[in-house]
Parts: sequence; structure tokens; C-alpha cells
Amino acid sequence: MKPRKVPTPGWNFEYLMWLFTRISGAAMVLLALIGFVGALVMGARYHMDLGTLLRWTFFPNPNHVLNSDIPDIAPWANAYWQIMQLALVFFGATHGFNGLRLVLEEYIHSWGWHMFLRLVLMVLWLITLGAGFFLVLTS
Amino acid sequence: MTLPRRVPLSAALRYQGGGPMWAWILHRVSGLGMILFIASHVLAGFGIQQLGGDWAIWYNTIYESLYFQLFIYFCVIFHAVNGLRIIILDAWPALIKFQREFIWLEWAIVLPIYGLTAWIMIQRSLGG
Repeated sequence: MKPRKVPTPGWNFEYLMWLFTRISGAAMVLLALIGFVGALVMGARYHMDLGTLLRWTFFPNPNHVLNSDIPDIAPWANAYWQIMQLALVFFGATHGFNGLRLVLEEYIHSWGWHMFLRLVLMVLWLITLGAGFFLVLTS
Repeated sequence: MTLPRRVPLSAALRYQGGGPMWAWILHRVSGLGMILFIASHVLAGFGIQQLGGDWAIWYNTIYESLYFQLFIYFCVIFHAVNGLRIIILDAWPALIKFQREFIWLEWAIVLPIYGLTAWIMIQRSLGG
């Protein structure tokens, strides 16, 4: 039996994505905690129901608190929370599509299909990033 | 390239990996669930805002349902806590010795957070 080829250890694509997955995962937990605290500071205890609190926690977009009793959302629709949202969109989409790639590649064993899959996922990733960034910057 | 694994389903079902195996399966399922939800949520949001599509409004009604929210909230909480477990075990490989204890710790964190929120969600939906 021929030994399989193992990629050389070092700064290759798989290692970088492995590292990115861990760093972005921890970063998203941190971003959710920041969103949670932000919602409480905004007055979640008196002006929001649970669903609204969670929507702001996981994605601090002003559209997510439209149905709450917060008197004025304008002070919260600022650049700080926009940067939080952009970071979430970027980390989330990249972490997610890379995870999808890993799962799919475990069940597909041909090089050609891998490359086709990567192309399709890359396009979907870019579309999601584009739509997400556009939404954040215009809402 | 990954190694081809030729394991028949019957053998796979007999595998008794215990807690870590279930954590691996749930991590995968919850990750796929979140990709499905978040990617389509972003696209539907874009659709409502820019294209005014009825399909996007129809799609919104799916994830406003209680069952979907209970499912996706479990996905988020489990994936986050299990992900932190993976990060910790990867960063300090010596801790692998205690991986079963880590699984118990993980459920001790996930279940109260999820259960409390799910309880409130169900109560609210029953109360109207």
C-alpha cells in the first residue's frame, strides 16, 4: 500500500484556516457578550422582550430592535455598532463557509470536485459578504 | 485531501464514542443549521430591503415560528460552548486527559442557559 501524501507542516492554507476558525470563533463569543451588555445598557430590562434582546446580542442592527419600546434607536445606530456588525458578518460568513467546505470535503474524494466545490463556496461567500456589508452600511 | 473512509452505516451506528462523539455530531449539525439560517437570513434581509420580494417576507415567517427559534437558539449556544471547549483542548493538549469531564462541564453550561431561555420562550408563546 502506498503511503498517502501529507501536506508539509507550516503556514499552509489548511493551517491558516484552522487558526482562523479558532480565533474567529472566540471573537464571535466576545462580540455576542458585547452585544448583550450593549442591549442591557440600552434599557433591555424595561424596554425589550427576550427575543429583541437576543436579536441585538447576536447581531446589533437597529432593524433588530424596531419592535421594542426603546424610545429612540438613533443614538445606537452609530459607527461603533456598525463596525461590530461588519466584524460579525465577516467572521461569521468566513468561519461558516470554511466549516461547510471542511464538512463537504470529508465526503468527496476527488480533486476536481474539491476545486469545483471551493469555487462555488467562494462565490456564495462573496455574495453573502457583499449583501451583509451592504445591509449593515445602509440600515 | 482527506482519507477516504469506507465505513458502512451499520458499523457507524454501532460505534460507541459517548459524549465526545455526540458533541462532534451536534457541532456539525448545529453548524450546518446556522449556515442555512444566517446565509438565507442575510439574503432575505437584502431581498426585503432592496428588492421588496414577497419570497423574502414569506421566508421571514418561517424563522419567526417558535420551533425554528428553539432549534436555532440551541444551535448557537451549543456551537459556541462546544467551540470554546475545542479551542481550550487544542490550545492545551495536556487537558485531553480530562475530555470526558469537559463534556460534562459543557452540558452544565449549555443546559441552564438554553433551558432558561427556552422556558421563557415557550411560556411567552403559550401566554400569547
